[in-house]
Amino acid sequence: MNLLKGRSARAAAGFAAAAVVLFAVAPLMLSDFRLGLLAKYLCTAMVAVGICLAWGRGGLLTLGQGVFFGLGGYAMAMHLKIADAGPGNLPDFMQLYGTATELPWWWQPFANPLFAIAATVLLPMTVAALLGLFIFRRRVKGAYFAILSQALAAAFAIWLIGQQATTGGTNGLTDIQGFFGYSLDDPVNQRMVYFVIAAVLLLLIALARQLIQSRYGELLVAVRDSEERVRFLGYDPANVKLVAYVVAAGMAGLAGALFVPAVGIISPALIGIVPSIEFVIGAAVGGRASLAGAVLGAVAVAWAKTTLSEEFPAAWTYFQGLLFIVALAFLPGGLASLAVYVRRRGAPKAPEQKAPVVPVGEAA
Amino acid sequence: MSSVPSIHRRRLLAGTAALAAVVALSACGAKTDAAGSSDKAAKIDSSGDTVKVGLLNSLSGTMAISEVTVRNSLQLAIAEINAKGGVLGKKIKPISEDGASDWPTFAEKATKLIKEDGVAATFGCWTSASRKAVKPVFEKNKSLLFYPVQYEGLEESPYIFYTGATTNQQIIPALDYLKSQGKKKLYLVGSDYVFPRTANKEIKAYAKANGMTILGEDYAPLGSTEFSTIANKVKASKADAVFNTLNGDSNVAFFKEYKSAGLSAATMPVVSVSIAEEEVKSIGTQYLEGQLTAWNYYQTTPGAANTTFVKAYKAKYGADKPTSDPMEAAYTSVYLWKAMVEKAKSFDPEKVKAASDGITFDAPEGLVTVDGASQHIYKTARIGKVGSDGLIEQVWDSGKPIKPDPFLKGYPWAAGLS
Repeated sequence: MNLLKGRSARAAAGFAAAAVVLFAVAPLMLSDFRLGLLAKYLCTAMVAVGICLAWGRGGLLTLGQGVFFGLGGYAMAMHLKIADAGPGNLPDFMQLYGTATELPWWWQPFANPLFAIAATVLLPMTVAALLGLFIFRRRVKGAYFAILSQALAAAFAIWLIGQQATTGGTNGLTDIQGFFGYSLDDPVNQRMVYFVIAAVLLLLIALARQLIQSRYGELLVAVRDSEERVRFLGYDPANVKLVAYVVAAGMAGLAGALFVPAVGIISPALIGIVPSIEFVIGAAVGGRASLAGAVLGAVAVAWAKTTLSEEFPAAWTYFQGLLFIVALAFLPGGLASLAVYVRRRGAPKAPEQKAPVVPVGEAA
Repeated sequence: MSSVPSIHRRRLLAGTAALAAVVALSACGAKTDAAGSSDKAAKIDSSGDTVKVGLLNSLSGTMAISEVTVRNSLQLAIAEINAKGGVLGKKIKPISEDGASDWPTFAEKATKLIKEDGVAATFGCWTSASRKAVKPVFEKNKSLLFYPVQYEGLEESPYIFYTGATTNQQIIPALDYLKSQGKKKLYLVGSDYVFPRTANKEIKAYAKANGMTILGEDYAPLGSTEFSTIANKVKASKADAVFNTLNGDSNVAFFKEYKSAGLSAATMPVVSVSIAEEEVKSIGTQYLEGQLTAWNYYQTTPGAANTTFVKAYKAKYGADKPTSDPMEAAYTSVYLWKAMVEKAKSFDPEKVKAASDGITFDAPEGLVTVDGASQHIYKTARIGKVGSDGLIEQVWDSGKPIKPDPFLKGYPWAAGLS
């Protein structure tokens, strides 16, 4: 019980520190441009929270989070494009590439802001639920699940590219001007978007922590570590995994929806195979089984990508690759496992604590 | 572990409420309908004896092979101008950024160049998707982009100068050429993205108005190397010619399959609009000899300006490096910007724009003139044939520079396109 108190006190302190950094330090220290970039990184971190839950805790190697990120992003961007065009007008790209004179039927509900906002979370969750039912009931797992997720991301991106007249094709939905009536040109509003993103991220972290600490969280880890035993105990592992998968999808959808006003664009390039892998890599580098690790890892990897590419525009991809190799080869539990290691060294007499780390071989 | 201490839960709730309060209390900015909310021009950093310009090209990813050559010729032009004293007495300081063949990255880097570096103008972008991604960035910040690649037209931005060909300076002359050669049945092959899809829409409208038939239209994902099906479909169609809008490495696979399907330039010529000297080298001359291309410039284009350009490029980057149309358009764009700035006597984008109309430059492709209204340039169309040495020999040209018409207003058949 002592151990537990210590842990939740530490978590609360970490949470408070994160809030201070996000709401006070960052806005004071960073220029508008850098704060905008931070908003983008925080969206990746939201996806990482879901990945921590589904992969770190549930052992589901979700290599297709781009799909859910994209569903959320497109749902939001469709509404904003309709709002930008004004009542009765078509979004600019439809006038350019399309032949239709009115909005396609599947665009029309997105004119309603409430529908669009609900869709950013519910649409990815529904897709994940349907898919998850099918996949987990049939006991598809491990590498097959990962490959299936990847294929889905590729298929979704290719479909979007093919539908240029109604989805903007490769360009995606660009040039988003307003956010529920507020001009995104205005730095004050951009700052506001950042605050919303930071608040949502903290909420998602709190939600994920509650889930992880709950009985369900225990069950999820049990399913990850020994699915058959959980089944013999009378639980249905399919349902346990489904919940984690659906929650992770909802988080990715929300991240996509908030990414749109922060960056002003959503395109197939952000949701295909490569970005889906990048989401996972951020969490892996930080430590997928630890919430703090996954979140900080996602932010750090995204930040490193920007910084390295600015400093070494011709060679940064090599540095990025090296970073991943070093992190994954020498710290399979991510940077979070480093913290545990240091803590152990510092207090050799303390009772052996089980590190929240998954052995490498078990991941997929 | 199953029960979370209640004190923690309460603290969490309090924290959440506090956050919500902070968000609610933050001031809100301008509404979308507020006039003048976007009236903020970017600050240009021309302090000291240098002026910064941005170079925004993909140095990594699938487009790097093409875009690095554009980067090289931009740097050549900047070095030449600096050697002769710079612009308005200031040396040009290029700031490089990598677009990484990823459109949102282009937008991020464009913002960085404008807001953090204070560049006077930016040169670069290749794919239409990257241009569409950065267009709002340049418009919002009222900063200039010089775009050096042929594209699908149907666009005019007040903050972009287009120094590559628009459709009526490349694709329509190519179709005119095919028509004059008696090629009436065409097959369209392209990469699956905006340029090929839009270009093919225009080609179909042209064909309909000019009594030509389109026998088929196929798209392959960018970077795809699986072309046996498409090559066989092309063969079965018995078309007179193929119009090819494939981009990048897909061309290598396509032309190999084309040859193995038993098709050749003699039986069914392919007109390509994205294959220049650099690509000929990587695809292999044996697959391309005799095939047609449509551009505004070839390394073999006659003229003293081109001789100097080719010589300077080879001296700087290696004797085996060819020069190509987008490289030439990029090189020209730096000189056009310089001439505009000198005419405006200012780096201010608004003044530079106002000074742009009628600016001329004796470019490697011949004399080019800026059309101030559309911010495109007058260019001569040239059809070329790939020779055994890997260079492209001109077989036809339009005789004089063609006035840019990005929205094809001068063509009645194009009325429904935009």
